[in-house]
Amino acid sequence: MDLSAINPVVLLASILVSATPILLAATGELVVERAGVLNLGVEGMMVTGAVTGFAGAVLTGSPALGFLIAALGGAALSLLFAFLTQVMLANQVASGLALTLFGVGFAALLGKGYIGETPPQFPLWKFTVRAADGDVPAAIATLDLIVPLTIAIVASVWAVLKFTRAGLVLRAVGENHEAAHALGYKVVRIRTLAILFGGAMAGLGGAYISMIRVPTYTENVTAGAGWIALALVVFGSWKPGRVMLGAWLFGGVTMLQLNLQGTGVSIPVQYLAMSPYIITILVLVIMSNQRNTAPGSLGKSFHAAG
Amino acid sequence: MKRRTLLAGAAMALGLATTAMADDKTKVGFVYVGPVGDGGWTYEHDQGRKAVVEHFGDKVETTYVENVPEGADAERVITQMALQGADLIFTTSFGYMDPTINVAKKFPKVKFEHATGYKQADNVSVYSARFYEGRAVQGTIAGHMTKSNTIGYIASFPIPEVIRGINSAYIHAKKVNPDVQFKIVWAYTWFDPAKEADAAKVLIEQGADVILQHTDSTAPQAAAKAAGNVITFGQASDMSEFAPMPRVSSIIDDWAPYYVARTQAVMDGTWESVNTWHGIKEGMVGIGEISSAVPENVKAEALAMKAALGDGSYHAFTGPLKKQDGSDWLADGETADDGTLAGMNFYVEGIEGEIPQ
Repeated sequence: MDLSAINPVVLLASILVSATPILLAATGELVVERAGVLNLGVEGMMVTGAVTGFAGAVLTGSPALGFLIAALGGAALSLLFAFLTQVMLANQVASGLALTLFGVGFAALLGKGYIGETPPQFPLWKFTVRAADGDVPAAIATLDLIVPLTIAIVASVWAVLKFTRAGLVLRAVGENHEAAHALGYKVVRIRTLAILFGGAMAGLGGAYISMIRVPTYTENVTAGAGWIALALVVFGSWKPGRVMLGAWLFGGVTMLQLNLQGTGVSIPVQYLAMSPYIITILVLVIMSNQRNTAPGSLGKSFHAAG
Repeated sequence: MKRRTLLAGAAMALGLATTAMADDKTKVGFVYVGPVGDGGWTYEHDQGRKAVVEHFGDKVETTYVENVPEGADAERVITQMALQGADLIFTTSFGYMDPTINVAKKFPKVKFEHATGYKQADNVSVYSARFYEGRAVQGTIAGHMTKSNTIGYIASFPIPEVIRGINSAYIHAKKVNPDVQFKIVWAYTWFDPAKEADAAKVLIEQGADVILQHTDSTAPQAAAKAAGNVITFGQASDMSEFAPMPRVSSIIDDWAPYYVARTQAVMDGTWESVNTWHGIKEGMVGIGEISSAVPENVKAEALAMKAALGDGSYHAFTGPLKKQDGSDWLADGETADDGTLAGMNFYVEGIEGEIPQ
């Protein structure tokens, strides 16, 4: 085993990249759940964002426009969920699962013509890292603009939820929608906005996978990332900072285990392969076991007359 | 994986409910491990299914279910297909082996065809392609093309099919370049674009300038393209969208003739349980066009290798070869028998690392 093959700066950059899609989607879902809505359609919205963003970027030639279209695509799909659960008062769990099934199929249909294409490249920030001995070419760590942008979004979500009136109202709606309604807040409208935000964020996360992390489109390109994002929200006990830590931890262990395999570490590979899931769950369970912090009205339908 | 279960269930309902089944038609079902749009393994199986539709027209009715996880879920999907009246069912991933055998016991009149496995029964045929012949051609090109002498290999699961591919590629890369080294990463998935891309990036960061993959999506190709100066090979499908760089050649699985022949056999009532293992010679393994990124002499050598494998004058596992632990395997000029290849669970001498057990 030769650990010198792993360059720490390159590893760090790859961890940030690998955590970004689930972090985007999880932050969106966090806002949705803090408003008292459980949307299990994250995977469907992510894969829709992955294809709409990809197609948008290819058609317009602009990755920035692609991301914008991805956000719109994810939000448009979530509008369907909002209609079902907020207007028709359908069961949220069933509607969310249906949204994922629909999203996966819909995305496959939209993406028929784009399989295997290469998207226009996003401007990358490249750091050249000099390797220890002279003969090896310098390792290059690459980061893109979306990574710091994502961290900024997480910080803003945290600040808005904690310090602003809008955040307080959103949390009130999530904790006890009847009380919030009695105070005159528009529960359905606030929840619909939260759902749209969640959809847009999931769309961005999906587009990050198809446009930057992979970067190509294949059917079902997100391959389950939406479910990891959902789990992160719960294990991060509905707190943006913890969700971010969880995403980095998951990304970190994923990349570390691949790197260790590359250097031929003699730990059984199966354990390495499952370690991201186990370690992330363990750490987040330990972090969140003080008290149950789920929003009080999570998953319950609200009807003004009821 | 609840999601997969649900997906499979829903796809099942959609796929099977929409087709009103007329009784005189031969019904053929296909079970896929990934989506038909993966651009690789499952895509090629679906091309085979389409060839069956095209060849038989109204006389045949095909259904398929995609994204079926290997294991218990597969058993349910296959059972459902049999219950819906399928006459012939192709299960197209190694992990469907036991589920296929289990369901076949309950439906003795239905014919089953399992890809890449080794368990046969009266109503279960097995079929596979000699992908390792394609790996020999790949190894030859890879050995010549690498400048860092480090070849990265994205492996899926530690099963004989994958290990054969690693050994064959290594033997032939080593033959043309004695300094070559393999870095092997086990992804433990057939299809997960983000993870496949991550694995490719890690290998490139650790010095590999050739990436071989035994996973199903085009993600490693895209990752190599983004990195630049790295070459790859199309896996299962031509993946020509990535030619001439990074993709310099490919292994193409052509299932269509086999699927048509087996469907015909069911129609004629001549279907029997067989063990088919076809290679370059029969056309089940194709070598995609070698791109302009490869120098002419290397291309010529690779094509000569392909021709020799095709006419049987050369076997990809020809002695002298030793196992990784240094013990003798094949004497000078001796070739490996199919039984050993089918159950291959060891690396050849020179490969570093252990096969996960």
